[in-house]
Amino acid sequence: MKRFSFSTLMLVLGLLFIYLPMLILVIYSFNASKLVTVWGGWSLKWYLGLLDNTQLMGSVARSLEIACYTAVAAVALGTLAAFVLTRVTRFKGRTLFGGLVTAPLVMPEVITGLSLLLLFVAMAQMIGWPQERGLMTIWIAHTTFCAAYVAVVVSARLRELDLSIEEAAMDLGARPFKVFFLITIPMIAPSLAAGGMMSFALSLDDLVLASFVSGPGSTTLPMEVFSAVRLGVKPEINAVASLILLAVSLVTFLVWYFSRKAEANRKRAIQEAMEQTASETWQAQPKQPQRTPATA
Amino acid sequence: MSTFNQALIRVLPSGRKLVIGIPFLWLFLFFMLPFFLVMKISFSEAAVSIPPYSQIYSFVDQKLQVLLNLGNYSLLGADELYISAYLGSLKIALLSTLMCLVIGFPMAYAISKARKEAQNVLLLLIMMPTWTAILIRVYAWMGILSNNGLLNAFLMWSGLTSSPIEILNTNTAVYIGVVYAYLPFMVLPLYANLVKHDQSLLEAASDLGSSNFNNFWKITVPLAKNGIIAGCMLVFIPVVGEFVIPELLGGPETLMIGRVLWQEFFNNRDWPVASALAVVMLAILIIPILLFNRSQAKEMEARA
Repeated sequence: MKRFSFSTLMLVLGLLFIYLPMLILVIYSFNASKLVTVWGGWSLKWYLGLLDNTQLMGSVARSLEIACYTAVAAVALGTLAAFVLTRVTRFKGRTLFGGLVTAPLVMPEVITGLSLLLLFVAMAQMIGWPQERGLMTIWIAHTTFCAAYVAVVVSARLRELDLSIEEAAMDLGARPFKVFFLITIPMIAPSLAAGGMMSFALSLDDLVLASFVSGPGSTTLPMEVFSAVRLGVKPEINAVASLILLAVSLVTFLVWYFSRKAEANRKRAIQEAMEQTASETWQAQPKQPQRTPATA
Repeated sequence: MSTFNQALIRVLPSGRKLVIGIPFLWLFLFFMLPFFLVMKISFSEAAVSIPPYSQIYSFVDQKLQVLLNLGNYSLLGADELYISAYLGSLKIALLSTLMCLVIGFPMAYAISKARKEAQNVLLLLIMMPTWTAILIRVYAWMGILSNNGLLNAFLMWSGLTSSPIEILNTNTAVYIGVVYAYLPFMVLPLYANLVKHDQSLLEAASDLGSSNFNNFWKITVPLAKNGIIAGCMLVFIPVVGEFVIPELLGGPETLMIGRVLWQEFFNNRDWPVASALAVVMLAILIIPILLFNRSQAKEMEARA
């Protein structure tokens, strides 16, 4: 019992440790004073000032664009990888495949970034593509490492699924392709949404990979923020950072809310189906004694 | 005709091969192949050209010449900067992994013991920061730790110190930043493991007279082994190559290999040396990465 209360205390302290700095950051973004450490009253001027900063706004648009493409591609690629990992149990190079899928989760970003850049440079020399580095190369880099996250989330869900439903569809003559799109995809939809949102957020955050593989004129938001932050704390950056925090928490909350709702709907549907079958058997039961004398 | 059909089937990839092939090809092309390129370029020489390295093989007068330049590697061994950067990275990664484990284990334990609805909310609270830019979370600490920041203001107000303590741009700040940024990565796998534990084992042990501490040490910890390995690797491996945190929170005393690699690449434009640094870093990390992959595979099997 004693350890239980100790661990609860640690949990509360840990959560405070995680959220307090972010809270302080958000509060100080409304600081009217130009000195970041002195409180000068509430003000929105740093937020309004952001709108005039066209360079920053350009990088925001660019980052959002890359994040959208990344989310779509990473979900497709990651789901495919997760499907292979959980459903195709035996093929040549499966261990290598599993390693390739999970390794991007832990690989230091500087290594991945450097190696991808060298690949793009070598490819440009050999086949003339990519001509210049920019949105495309950043998208490829982000898709590769986000797909790993999607694969982990989706494969956890795929493993929980009741295989008998897919098998039943297959027995009824549906082709594997059809089973996948009509049966499997709807059942794993919440985890696909979660994986997509996660990829979006990860892509929006990434500094190191983007710095390596971007070219001139394709500065993303984190790169812009980083070059400003390097010089110290600035009120404008507080405002940008708060907006990013707000966006991410909103997205997170939406994912959580919708997956919860989907889960509740699913549970209710199962409950209703069970009640229905229960009442049907209940209704069927009184008939049975009537029928038995008839046959007898 | 039938032989033609068979040949056609052999040539055209079947659906199964296509499903395996697409992600395999993508990962091979954009994740595995690049490492061989890094290795190749680590053997070339820096040159004033675009791209800034020399070719390691040439084909002149029907003679294929392969020139492997080991200079980059001997430079890594000779220059004290690089060795201390590697050691510094390993030390910071090791200590902060331990700190994360010590803080994260009770947190994961408390979540796994909470009510089912509370668990979901708590997990969300732990997970949310990992989706938020690491850059921003580190930046938040810059404002708190600086000489005229909130922490020092609080310390001086409470009378604990009379003059501000220098925290920002020291290793202490790096430790705070690393533990702060990577704590969720420790808690999540630990929770995933702890929540599966069978409570009856602990009850049985208690019934037989085992103490709480003994229970924890002899039952919970061995059962949580895979979770502990996964959590530690998820922290240790990326921290060794961490760049953002030492760059923003660390000072000149903070030597970490990710930062050195970044400087070699972006400031000195020495791609071969940066590549050699990456190759050695990867060689150091290959055992932890394999450990992580194995624990991940085990965890997947255990859940199925």
